[in-house]
Amino acid sequence: MSALKLHGELDAVWGVPRGWRGVLTSVNHSDLGIRFMVAAGVYFAIGGVLAMMIRAQLATPRSAFIGPEIYNQVFTMHGSLMMFMFAIPFFEGLAMYLLPKLLGSRDLAFPRLSAFGWWCYLFGGSILLVAMAVGLAPDGGWFMYTPLASKTYTPGINADVWLLGITFVEISAVCASIEITVSVLKLRAPGMSLGRMPIFAWYILVTALMMVVGFPPLILASTLLEIERAFGWPFFDPQRGGNPLLWQHLFWLFGHPEVYIIFLPAAGVVSTVLPVMVRHTLLGYGWIVGSILVLGFFSFGLWVHHMFATGIPHLALALFSAASALVAVPTVVQLFAWLATMWAGRPQMRLPMLYIAGFFFNFLLGGLTGVMLAIVPFNWQVHDTAFVTAHLHYVLIGGFIFPMLAGVYYWLPRFTARRSHPLLGQLGFWLIFVGFNVTFLVMHLTGLLGMPRRIYTYEPGLGWEWPNLISSIGSFVMTFGFAVVLIDGVLAIVFGRRSSRNPWRASTLEWALPMPAPSYNLASLPHVESREPLDRYHKLAQSLAMGEGYLGRTRDGLRETTGVEVVSGRVSEIVILPGNSWLPIATAAATGSFFLALLLGYYWLAPIALLGVASLLWRWAAPLGARADLGPIDIGRGASVLPHHEAAEAPGWWGSVFALVTNATFFSSMLFGYAFLATVGPGWPPPVMVQPSLLAGGVVFGAVTLAFLAEGFAFRRMLAGDMGSAGTGLVVAIAALLICMLGLLAFGWLGLPSPRDHAYGAVTWVMLIYGALHGFIALVVLAFVRRRIAAGYVSPARMLEPRVARLWLRYGLAAMLIVLAAIALPGAASWRW
Amino acid sequence: MLLGALALGGCGGRLSALDPAGPAADSTLTLFLILLGLAALSFVIIFGIFLLALRRNRGRTVSLRLFIIGGGLVFPLVLLSFATVYGVVLGERITGAREVPALTVAATAQQWRWQFTRQTPGGSVTRADILDIPAGQTVAIMVASTDVIHAFWVPRLAGKVDAIPGLTNRILIRADVPGRYGGVCAEFCGTGHTGMDFTVVAHDAEAWAALETGGQP
Repeated sequence: MSALKLHGELDAVWGVPRGWRGVLTSVNHSDLGIRFMVAAGVYFAIGGVLAMMIRAQLATPRSAFIGPEIYNQVFTMHGSLMMFMFAIPFFEGLAMYLLPKLLGSRDLAFPRLSAFGWWCYLFGGSILLVAMAVGLAPDGGWFMYTPLASKTYTPGINADVWLLGITFVEISAVCASIEITVSVLKLRAPGMSLGRMPIFAWYILVTALMMVVGFPPLILASTLLEIERAFGWPFFDPQRGGNPLLWQHLFWLFGHPEVYIIFLPAAGVVSTVLPVMVRHTLLGYGWIVGSILVLGFFSFGLWVHHMFATGIPHLALALFSAASALVAVPTVVQLFAWLATMWAGRPQMRLPMLYIAGFFFNFLLGGLTGVMLAIVPFNWQVHDTAFVTAHLHYVLIGGFIFPMLAGVYYWLPRFTARRSHPLLGQLGFWLIFVGFNVTFLVMHLTGLLGMPRRIYTYEPGLGWEWPNLISSIGSFVMTFGFAVVLIDGVLAIVFGRRSSRNPWRASTLEWALPMPAPSYNLASLPHVESREPLDRYHKLAQSLAMGEGYLGRTRDGLRETTGVEVVSGRVSEIVILPGNSWLPIATAAATGSFFLALLLGYYWLAPIALLGVASLLWRWAAPLGARADLGPIDIGRGASVLPHHEAAEAPGWWGSVFALVTNATFFSSMLFGYAFLATVGPGWPPPVMVQPSLLAGGVVFGAVTLAFLAEGFAFRRMLAGDMGSAGTGLVVAIAALLICMLGLLAFGWLGLPSPRDHAYGAVTWVMLIYGALHGFIALVVLAFVRRRIAAGYVSPARMLEPRVARLWLRYGLAAMLIVLAAIALPGAASWRW
Repeated sequence: MLLGALALGGCGGRLSALDPAGPAADSTLTLFLILLGLAALSFVIIFGIFLLALRRNRGRTVSLRLFIIGGGLVFPLVLLSFATVYGVVLGERITGAREVPALTVAATAQQWRWQFTRQTPGGSVTRADILDIPAGQTVAIMVASTDVIHAFWVPRLAGKVDAIPGLTNRILIRADVPGRYGGVCAEFCGTGHTGMDFTVVAHDAEAWAALETGGQP
């Protein structure tokens, strides 16, 4: 078949409709990746303007430019936008855009989920921007410490905007994390074992796994604070058994891994771009993979170093201090792997390499001040001063912006099929580099001279005048630099000369695609035999375009790509992906109305919005699957594999596994909060404890057992092909789940004190509601399977949906039992009927 | 550059941690200078290798083992272990678990002022935004808050500690010589955060004795 004809056929299947319909329904990873990056760039610009306002205000003492009310909104929004609306979405976009191309796949594992995440990001960000435009932006600092952010001290809507807006956006981050994890694990070209993955995929995999377990503590904290603000349940109020430090623990349990979540993708860019720029294979691949795994793991054990001044006993701090210092080691290992690669190669000082040099310089300084901050007595002195502001900007700008700009320039031909002009790019680099260092190097000194963070003005005579003025001048130089980079990018898109297919002579698969990238990425998928597939076969790109690889054809208008065994990379199934859809934007809109209802206080609307989301999700799952057993299908090159709904380890099952890992982290954080409050109080033990009803508890326990057994029975009957009995078994399990939920709520109703009087009541009620909600989710999932059996989607060969349902059921049952035990056991002394 | 700036004499100022006036701030400054030296050394080594590697006369063979194990593991581990142990020992000394303070003062923060209360022979004395202490003696400050989180910080005397509602934190300060030392709230606490400063007044023995027996400060 000719390459052109194949292109026409594939594009008809994978393409996006023209006009607005295409914009609103596209699920294509390239489209969405670019959108994420462009929108993140817009937020970066807005955050940058806010930074300019801060620097303008602080340039001189006793400045009357803006007062404290506006200033507080400005720095809060600057931090929040840069963290949540720029850094994370930007690398998500980059990962979404690049991963399938790097991995030799046609799209990500859950295309509609990417689109849903995009719309959540867009809508959530709009809430924040609208609030800022009308002067109701959050003003409690980007880490929103309680009790300042509680209702008493921030009575306005400002804090709710942060809690709800950011949580809405985090849905997008959590979706992306699950999406990326499963895509890297399952959706690769045949033959690409874990050890043959491009190094960037490893970085993104570890980042995504960190997000899977890193975001839930923050989502929990935001949820609890919003409940406290809206309904008066006292989680953080020390007068009613709450503890303001609970917020800090949960926040930094997210917030510290967050720093590495932002850094790792940027380091991944360095590990990808640097070897190309120095014309040598990356040395120490295994060392790097090992060190980022260690980094990911240890980054969850350092959060207390943000809390050295909160009065935690010094020897406990010493442990976290040592851990914080040690976490530098895997980063230094990476630095030396890069240096070794450079040493072996022939560095060419092209624009991406220039940015990498900037990264080395700045990130090194940021890392070194980071180690200084890990030493407790020094931290006590400079914590909450301009020194910390300087440090974190060295880490984030040095460790994220510089590598990402290297990446943007490196992949600009990939994104736009055009090349930029080197001179303007170099001017931009030097303005940013010099401006950045002028701004922030002196800021260390400002902090040592005693200037705290977040003050809106200062008196003359403290020695702060000239360092502040220097910082302000530098910041404007840096801004000019970013403007030059923007102009350079626009000029390249409009006037740039066309790029060849592989302008940097790189060896990873994203350069095997035609310019610009087609909707389906590769006309056929390669068999990968090395870490650098383009190196070995110079003709690979042409051969793939001719359809000589896997899946070089279309079948029934389905979007097909290959799924592989996680470790070996052996092809294991054809994954059939859903096409363009209205569901993502509709579901995001319904989710958005839920958040808006809470924000504006229309609480009656919130459950209706949730029902809307639930019914849309039902329709979301409905078009997947098949009504007949197909058996192995030919995928070309002499291989035949099963479609994914007949395979053992489909992406959907993995997706549910990681969704449940996220969920379990959320639940564990809740249990941590309960234990934390119970042990450090203040005001514990509570005046009124639970009086557990043995009857209600027994009913829940019995119904959990029944649901477990009935589903097991149904599952075995499905495998045996006896769908009638299976359906009956499911009905019994559903009824049992209903009893579980009602029993759990009755248990609370009969025995728990009011959630408003004391944190004990609040936290136990929240756990109870969590348990009941998961009973409900399991119920809906089983009902869905029941419907699917009736509609003929389940057979002994097509067991994907029952297997996914089983995960959710068992998780729900376990959650209900743990909730019951966690609430009832401490009150065991007062058991009654 | 930073050191150059210091040398220019820009390190004074009422709130400068670089101009210590008590043992805690003093030893922290020493710690800072040691850390700064180690950081400068590390920077020169790593960025120096980077610059050397940029020179193009290549064809060199590379010992990955030397780079990764020597540069990536041994080099940071040695420096980090030293810094951490030094920090822990110093931290133990500053928190002074075995030290018996000459005086205990309750510092209560609220939006946006400080109240300092101490017991004198004539009863308890409370002053707003002024903390009287005897010079040359160790004073324990019991820091608490009645509303949101604040932080107690007198840069020339010691590091900072948070004032958290529902909790009382202790910090030891000592001013070696009589004088007035600036203090600020370091934790963002709302619209009045900027103005929430206070002054520590360290009195000589004579003035302190007069103060204790009911004299006016």
